[in-house]
Amino acid sequence: MRDVSIIGIGQVEVGEHWDKSLRELGYYALNAAMRDACIQHIDSLYVGNMLSGELTGQEHIGSIIADFAGLRGVEAVKIEAACGSGAAALRMGYIAVAGGMSDFVACMGVEKMTDRQGNTVTSALAMAADGDYEALHGLSFVSINALLMRRYMHEHGYTKDDFAPFAINAHANAVNNPYAMFHNPITRKQFTESKMIADPVSLLDSSPIADGAACVILAPTAIAREFTEKPVRVRASAIATDSVAVHDRRDPLFLEGGAISAQKAYSAAGVGPADMDLFEVHDAFTIMSALSLEAAGFASRGKGVALAQEGQIMPGGRIPITTMGGLKARGHPVGATGMYQLVELATQLRGEAGKSQLANARLGMAQNIGGSGATVVTTILESSF
Amino acid sequence: MEVARFWRTTGQRYQLTGEICPNCGNKIFPPRDVCPTCEHEAKTAYTFSGKGEVYSYSTIHAAPEGFEKYVPYTVALVRLQEGPLITAQLTDVDTHEVKVGMPVEMVTRVLREDGERGMLVYGYKFRPAVASPR
Repeated sequence: MRDVSIIGIGQVEVGEHWDKSLRELGYYALNAAMRDACIQHIDSLYVGNMLSGELTGQEHIGSIIADFAGLRGVEAVKIEAACGSGAAALRMGYIAVAGGMSDFVACMGVEKMTDRQGNTVTSALAMAADGDYEALHGLSFVSINALLMRRYMHEHGYTKDDFAPFAINAHANAVNNPYAMFHNPITRKQFTESKMIADPVSLLDSSPIADGAACVILAPTAIAREFTEKPVRVRASAIATDSVAVHDRRDPLFLEGGAISAQKAYSAAGVGPADMDLFEVHDAFTIMSALSLEAAGFASRGKGVALAQEGQIMPGGRIPITTMGGLKARGHPVGATGMYQLVELATQLRGEAGKSQLANARLGMAQNIGGSGATVVTTILESSF
Repeated sequence: MEVARFWRTTGQRYQLTGEICPNCGNKIFPPRDVCPTCEHEAKTAYTFSGKGEVYSYSTIHAAPEGFEKYVPYTVALVRLQEGPLITAQLTDVDTHEVKVGMPVEMVTRVLREDGERGMLVYGYKFRPAVASPR
């Protein structure tokens, strides 16, 4: 197996891109990443996306984007694993380069959501849940997270306001990220008073829908230095699954898929949670941050929220999370999110995060979650310069 | 909802028909043909009592397509007496009275209407348990 590095990164601003199509967004991110890597050619393109068919009426987007980008003829396919699609696309590229099948691979995440009305998007997102046994009963994706949050509060003795530090930290960290959707810090009072979506999940517990695209270029580490002064090594990329429906989980409050994929990644990289300088967490909802921190071993059961309350998730804390705004404030273009996490992680590891730069960022991890935990992708990256 | 999909899931939606594992005795809902505990094939039908208690709940204010007119409505995870969790709406109850641990029982209600000329989709919901008559 070959060692693999990221030699280029690219992204577009997360937001409401009414003037840009899905293929344009994808092309811009791909072009930015290829320019960053100083390459004109790739062997293959993996496009992470969840809802192109449902929300834009377009499937087959591997070919669409490759053609639009002037790469007709190249191997290109769409990778789908709900909100975990982005990092799943990286996993496919990692397998291709590590296995010696391809040398230069573009891994992308792209999503176009804001052309459609709210309830249409709400229904589309519910497809990440179990169609026959959750969505048929009128459950929105928000409400599934609400069921988890309510039970978590019940079992571990927290109030709704105890989750505020996750949202406050995310918004504070997005202020200096030029690609983030929101640049406004929020206060505890705003969090407490924000509009209820599905009790106990309110607006400021939730990440916003958005359009966006992000991309990385992978190459064998052995030749990475020919293309960049700051290669970022992929130390591990691991996917694990769990039941799609929350009611089928052995314990709904434990992300088994998150724990398995984290363990696989730690084992492949020969490191543990204590070695990490930062952790890009999948904060689609505040409860998911807590569950992911616990599954990945940064906090024990029921202590994810306590870790946030102690300020340990902020820059300078024991394990800084959502360092560029996270899903909450950078925005959550679902199938692109996992790739944004990785582009942000690579930006930190390259020391290029500007005012968001962490002091010591050499080894970092991202966890990208599909559905409410049915697909979990854990990626570990390291500076190698 | 498509007619064939409606038809093939009536057993579970109308009667809470799941399965019992012939190997480990695990009672399974929804039916899935392979026991999630011991991975043995489990195709023996088993009908649940419909009794359980609220494990968690939420009231929805922003609904998916087809459910807008029911807002606000309350959904729940219910722990069935026989073991499994089930996801369903609560009915016949004031949202503010719902609590974790509240005893509930299954009833059959309309889940959704697919437009004026479409199907009425019936299925299980849960209501506060009514004491049985003597």
